[in-house]
Amino acid sequence: MKSKTLVKLATQSILKNKMRAALTMLGIIIGVAAVVVMVAVGYGARTRIRAQINNLGTNMIVITPGAAQAAGVSQGAQAFPNLSLKDVDKIRAEAQTVSAVSPVIVSRTAVIGPSGNWRTQINGVDTDFQTIRDWQTSSGDFFTADDVRSIHKVVLLGNTVAQNLFPGQDPVGSEIQIRNSVYKVVGVLAAKGQTASGSDSDDVVLMPYTTASDTLSGRAFIPQILASTANEQDIPAAQEEIRTLLRESHKVSDGNDDFTVKNQADLASAAESSTQVMTLLLAAIASISLLVGGIGIMNIMLVSVTERTREIGIRMAIGARGSDVLTQFLVESIVMGILGGVVGLLFGYTGAKVLGHFTGWETVISPIIMLIAVGFSGAVGVFFGYYPARKAAALNPIQALRYE
Amino acid sequence: MNVIETTQLVKTYTTGSTEVHALKGIDLAVEKGEFIAIMGTSGSGKSTLMNLLGCLDTPTSGSYLIDGVRVDGMDRNALAALRNEKIGFVFQGFNLLPRTSALENVELPMLYDRSGRKRDTQALATAALQRVGLGERLDHQPSELSGGQQQRVAIARALVTEPAIILADEPTGNLDTQTSVEVMALFQELNEQGITIVLVTHEPDIAVYAKRIVEVRDGRIRRDEPVKSRRSAAYDLEHFEEREVA
Ligand SMILES: Nc1ncnc2c1ncn2[C@@H]1O[C@H](COP(=O)(O)OP(=O)(O)O)[C@@H](O)[C@H]1O
Ligand SMILES: [Mg+2]
Repeated sequence: MKSKTLVKLATQSILKNKMRAALTMLGIIIGVAAVVVMVAVGYGARTRIRAQINNLGTNMIVITPGAAQAAGVSQGAQAFPNLSLKDVDKIRAEAQTVSAVSPVIVSRTAVIGPSGNWRTQINGVDTDFQTIRDWQTSSGDFFTADDVRSIHKVVLLGNTVAQNLFPGQDPVGSEIQIRNSVYKVVGVLAAKGQTASGSDSDDVVLMPYTTASDTLSGRAFIPQILASTANEQDIPAAQEEIRTLLRESHKVSDGNDDFTVKNQADLASAAESSTQVMTLLLAAIASISLLVGGIGIMNIMLVSVTERTREIGIRMAIGARGSDVLTQFLVESIVMGILGGVVGLLFGYTGAKVLGHFTGWETVISPIIMLIAVGFSGAVGVFFGYYPARKAAALNPIQALRYE
Repeated sequence: MNVIETTQLVKTYTTGSTEVHALKGIDLAVEKGEFIAIMGTSGSGKSTLMNLLGCLDTPTSGSYLIDGVRVDGMDRNALAALRNEKIGFVFQGFNLLPRTSALENVELPMLYDRSGRKRDTQALATAALQRVGLGERLDHQPSELSGGQQQRVAIARALVTEPAIILADEPTGNLDTQTSVEVMALFQELNEQGITIVLVTHEPDIAVYAKRIVEVRDGRIRRDEPVKSRRSAAYDLEHFEEREVA
């Protein structure tokens, strides 16, 4: 039989039992819709995380105190007060592949401007911080090496802080107060948006680390050191160099590191692993749904074969081979699978768009995923339709003709 | 060359430990253009013989040639191809596909044609339906047709592939007297046009429209002779009302 005839036959047969076919396809529809939503959200989340990680700066390396645990859980920075300015100086002086390095001294406190207060994060950093994070100013300039050396009370405001303390004005040249000191605003940082963990990276104030440790923290340890290389290829070498240098100065042997050196790819995979759990969960739901859908198809096809025993007998009597009958029923279950897949795709597409609209998540639906979804549901049709179809093909024409 | 030639055809059904000898050695030759009625009481082996002649089943022993092709020992697929090419079936229960138009029912055998020739199946099916007088009913489904009309569709389906032989197992069994005679008139008309027909019936009134009667009893042919006073179904139809009154 021609394939066109086969598809026509299958469609006619499905249309003769619309309600039944629709209910049968429900499992496939839900399964495929779940897959599509899952992939759309997962893929969207991954794209967002990638963009945010890249937003951190290019070729960045992050050094934190404390050893990374096997499970990826690191201890709180405060528990290991073992990164110092000496480490920063040593990396700057001796690591060949490292082109920029800066400590980050973090404290949270209120900042007082002319028209109100704003509680924010104060980062004490070096001038290299701008290179490492690839962070331009939207107004004014970054503080200078001289500002760092001379412990000047100068600050750069993140975009969010600037907007809250100086609504509608350019803060450059104005003064703000932190604790009991007055600081001069030398620049405003360009907006960067959300971080991978969802916080606002523009809700920050930068000042020379010397100033920060002098006036704010008064502590000698450093919660984080950032570094970067000139080229992406240098990153692994730079990480190794940093590890060797820090082991030397901390007097620890390989395998007992009391610090962690990570690059952007590590950060990205850590951030992505959380979305992967969700993706896996949804994938499990989707595959169970497809399995149930497939069993539904098998069930209905078995019923259909029994109901149509006489039809099969007639077809065989007038010359249909076993293989003709097999193909006929197989095509029917494939068409049902694919039809379910297409409907599921439409639901999934709409679902992803609606979800994206209400949650603000970015959803990405690629044509490949659509093809895979429909192809997979067709495959479910083949797999679960084969047994009933083979049963139909094996019928004895005489007995089938006599079947009441 | 005979259209059908069987030699010592035996069919034994084995159910568990019991054996039923349904056919005990049938020698039957059917020439082209013949019109044979196979008669016999219930359980005599008529349907078993028809199933073998129709290549729906294989004999336990003996040989069977249809249109010169040796059938015994063929596999399922070869038998299917043979049925498609050489045999037209007409059943007691019509056996049309439900919820399928008359036209599509008649097209059906051509869909399973494996010769690869290009044919206008729709035109051929239409012509076959016109031949049985249903040119106006192409789009009707079986449920929209009377019993006689359904059997005509079935006959058109049997005709459409131009088979070597038409096999009809009790084709009038589900029809009233007048419709039965109408169907027999159609068979006679087709036979005039050269089509070979073998039909099974247990009604002597129907058998008299054939040219030759073969009587089966207990799995053997007991009588095989020409119909002495053959009747014309067309004539009987014309005088049907008079006969009813009389
Ligand atoms: N599939 C079968 N299995 C076992 N016995 C059968 C089968 N078909 C027919 N028979 C037996 O074979 C004999 C002939 O049956 P059948 O050919 O149907 O007779 P008829 O059509 O003349 O009434 C009967 O005794 C019947 O019970
Ligand atoms: Mg019978």
